[in-house]
Amino acid sequence: MTWSGLLETSLPKFGQIGAVIAIFFGFYALAFAAGARIQGKRQNGWALALFLVPGIALAMIGLGIPAFQTFIESFKSADSSQWVGFGNYIKAVKDPDLRLAFYNTMSWVIIGPIAVTALGLALATMLNKMKREALAKSLIFMPMAISFVGGSLIWKLMYQYQEPDANQTGLVGQIMKSLGIPLQHLLLWAPWNNLFLIAVYVWSSTGFAMVILSAAIKNIPQDIEEAASLDGASGIRLFRTVTVPMVKTTIIVVLTTSMVGTLKLFDVVRTMTGGNFKTDVLSNRMFDEHFVYFNNGRGSTLAMFIFLGVLPIIIYNIRSLRAERQH
Amino acid sequence: MLKKKSLLVGAAVAVLSLVVTTFTATSASAAGCEEYSKWKGTGTVKIFAGIRDPEASTMEKIFAEFTKCTGVKIAYEGTDQFETLLPVRVKGGNAPDIAIIPQPGLVATMVATGKAVPISAATRANLSNLYNPAWASFTTIGGRIYGAPLGASSKSLVWYSPAQFKKLGVTIPTTWTEMEAVAAKFKAAGANPWCAGIESGAATGWPATDWIEQMVLREQGPKKYNKWWTGNLKFSSPEVLGAMNKVAAWLGTSSQVGDLKSVATRKFQDAGVPGLKAGTCGMLQQASFYSSMFPAGTTFGPAADADAFYLPATNSKFGKPIMGGGEFPVAFSKKKEVGFVQDYLSSPVYGIERANAGGWTSANTGIPLSAYTDPVLKVVAAQLQNKAGAIVFDASDLMPTAVNGAFWKEMTKFYAEGKSMKDVAAAIDANW
Amino acid sequence: MAKTLNPNKPLVAHHNRPFTSPIASMIVSVIALVWTIPTMGLVITSFRDKESILSTGWWTSFTNPSFTLANYREVLFTGGGALGSQGMIPFAVNSLAITIPAVVLSVGFGLMAAYALAWIPFRFSDHVFYGLFALQGVPLQLSLLPLLTFFASGVQLFGHQIIPPLGIVGTLTAVWFPHVMFGMPLVVYLLHNFVSALPRELMEAARVDGANHFEVFRRIVLPLSLPAIASIAIFQFLWIWNDLLVGLVFAGGTDDVAPLTLHLSNLGGTFGSKWENLAPAALFSIIIPLIVFFSLQRYFVRGLLAGSVKA
Repeated sequence: MTWSGLLETSLPKFGQIGAVIAIFFGFYALAFAAGARIQGKRQNGWALALFLVPGIALAMIGLGIPAFQTFIESFKSADSSQWVGFGNYIKAVKDPDLRLAFYNTMSWVIIGPIAVTALGLALATMLNKMKREALAKSLIFMPMAISFVGGSLIWKLMYQYQEPDANQTGLVGQIMKSLGIPLQHLLLWAPWNNLFLIAVYVWSSTGFAMVILSAAIKNIPQDIEEAASLDGASGIRLFRTVTVPMVKTTIIVVLTTSMVGTLKLFDVVRTMTGGNFKTDVLSNRMFDEHFVYFNNGRGSTLAMFIFLGVLPIIIYNIRSLRAERQH
Repeated sequence: MLKKKSLLVGAAVAVLSLVVTTFTATSASAAGCEEYSKWKGTGTVKIFAGIRDPEASTMEKIFAEFTKCTGVKIAYEGTDQFETLLPVRVKGGNAPDIAIIPQPGLVATMVATGKAVPISAATRANLSNLYNPAWASFTTIGGRIYGAPLGASSKSLVWYSPAQFKKLGVTIPTTWTEMEAVAAKFKAAGANPWCAGIESGAATGWPATDWIEQMVLREQGPKKYNKWWTGNLKFSSPEVLGAMNKVAAWLGTSSQVGDLKSVATRKFQDAGVPGLKAGTCGMLQQASFYSSMFPAGTTFGPAADADAFYLPATNSKFGKPIMGGGEFPVAFSKKKEVGFVQDYLSSPVYGIERANAGGWTSANTGIPLSAYTDPVLKVVAAQLQNKAGAIVFDASDLMPTAVNGAFWKEMTKFYAEGKSMKDVAAAIDANW
Repeated sequence: MAKTLNPNKPLVAHHNRPFTSPIASMIVSVIALVWTIPTMGLVITSFRDKESILSTGWWTSFTNPSFTLANYREVLFTGGGALGSQGMIPFAVNSLAITIPAVVLSVGFGLMAAYALAWIPFRFSDHVFYGLFALQGVPLQLSLLPLLTFFASGVQLFGHQIIPPLGIVGTLTAVWFPHVMFGMPLVVYLLHNFVSALPRELMEAARVDGANHFEVFRRIVLPLSLPAIASIAIFQFLWIWNDLLVGLVFAGGTDDVAPLTLHLSNLGGTFGSKWENLAPAALFSIIIPLIVFFSLQRYFVRGLLAGSVKA
């Protein structure tokens, strides 16, 4: 393909990018102008219609309605042709493999987000105003730019097992060999292999936590920090008494989104072990049932379990939000 | 990612032939467009499949010839997400014109959506004139045929290194006993008699299911084999469990394949490379498409770098049965040009070009054996073209997908966790 | 938060740094190094030939260097024939055409919804927020089929066509909207956290001055939220950029709309093990997200105050 040919096929696409953005901003410029003329009580209605309704409608069409359909289908048979009541749920609860997947999911949801948030917070704090902050941040952020599947492939190579006397092609194996640690089938080594998989997630997502928390830390009003340091606080104490309380809501936000994310995440497990070797998680099973075994009923039931897992997180959020408002 | 095993079936490509022989599509252009005259048309036909590079590039080059001669454009899209997305796209109303489906089970699922279109009369004629009748049966649903095989592969092969055989002073075994004697020689020389690796991402375990299938076919014959995958003969039945235990003795002990846990984590692609050449393991039971796993520059043949022989029968009761795989272009559109492309794909016009390009075999008898340049693939093609012989399809691809999935997973547990064959069989049976 | 804002002080000033000790620098350096190693492996792998990739670890290249540019030549300019031998650039253009509008729309709609939920009082405001929040728990895979059916066939109720087929399947529009929809709960949640923390005094002062919601949004919320917008835009950009599923389901068909990820999955080979192709291709595909990260990074630093001075 020639450069002029490339230009020829690309220009219309850039045109489309420009057009959709122009339409979006154009529409809202007009709507804002119109809205500004309306006074009094009715203005709230206008503002809600323009601000809130599109977002809610998009979320409902894309996720809300399908979620409701999934709920209905979880009470139906594999091909959704018959009602089976709670049959799918009873089967799921009795399935020993699924119980294991449930425990694994629990460890993912607890260990992964906590590690990510703690690391992200530590890095954001330490990096704040440090020399070469941008460089270090970029390096830690870089894995974010690689998809979970790509990252998993890279780490699979890192964990690769070779016989002790053979050339090692996995870096972890090479390090263990050099240190004289007996080589292990890292991906087979239950239950620790779950941790090795979670490590991939942590590697990939710490950048997310770091960036968000760093933005929050940079917004801590300087006077507060100064007042605290005049009182003699520094290092860990400053971190504990000023930084953490000031970014608490952001910590909760990062923790929450990571938890919901790990609940749904299956790319890592799927790519690295395919759910074998006692590493299966609910979301991977859901994917299997839905898209490999074409069992809509069971797949939907598993989706409902995942969805139920979000509930405690929501309740916690509601509470902390209420507490903050009363504050 | 999902049913990788099946993606591979028939997608046999020697990377070698692409790199070494500089392939050009000049042969057809020199011959002109006469052969294409019946497919003249307009429009674009969208094909969706799991076949990716370098096979996909080879296909596209051949399609270019078709487009040049007929005016019908072919837009090809290949992805590892094929099995996940095809059902979504078909049911949701964004079906491709043609999907190349490697599992008869998935063909049946697609037919059940009511959107698949049976093959045209012209394709049907090709199928009945040029193929072993077994092939039509794999996609016959409700009395209608939905696909003629595009590529096909034989799974009943054993790969070996002629140099290593020569070193040990052994020749190609033709019976199971002879093969065991070769294995014993390797053992005595300090190597693992068998190479093995079953890791394949989300489809880990499939090579081990192939071994069981080979053994069931050899021990129980095609009739019982068919009873087995239709669910009428349980895994726990003495017949099937007996075959499974035979596999456990053949490829399931550390004296035969080395560390069993390593078998579970070794990529199937790496099972025989570089082990066969280096002599660390002796033989590898794997399908014909394994030829593409060898490094570029590898030559094939009894006197070359690598070769393969027919996996012998364990007894004389059932002749020389072959277990094969294949992929079926299924249409989702009644447009005239879609029928043309389907017809073209089942014809020798496409087949000869594709066979010339190397690394591919077909069950199409319209393709002369001389079109295959590679000696190993020539032998495989001859086996597949046999119109009278017993050809069965990979059983796990025919089983309900949930059973197939359990089959992979439980075989993986046999290697990774030391689960007994009896427990493995019982656990798979629970999924019927 | 932020009751004692002092808009006259510069944000980036030299004062007591909480953690600028040598130990902290060391810890950070170690983590940064560990985080970089896998990517570095990828970089080195991308310059090695197929044989070496299979037989030895990439770190042996330090002692035994042999590098080639052939992988890049192949991948960037000629390879990946399945969608035409045109290299990666046209697919990068497609990915941009998918990602940029989807990011703009999702952040745009998301910020407005977040503002409405935080600052426009109405009944059930909290319930709407929590309901939206809960939708984060819906795996998007479950939405693919219903949404595609909606786009392709419209809505039928009791045999009547209520909404006609939209006729957008296979176009860019059909890819933008699913991305916007799937991202909405998370985007609103993240932005809400930020927008709701804006100083109440500022909002109330503006309202007293007679500013309506539209003016408050445009003159206060938008400029003050730039850091949040920048960081969320980056994450949306990454998630959409790295998506394969949505692109395949809703665009599906031709090179015209195929994203880079599809090309990447194709380059990986039918057997998914062509590292000599995957490594350079994967690196190429993270260049653009990194450029976006670098160019938006300065907005992270510009805190609340910098914005409020302007407003």
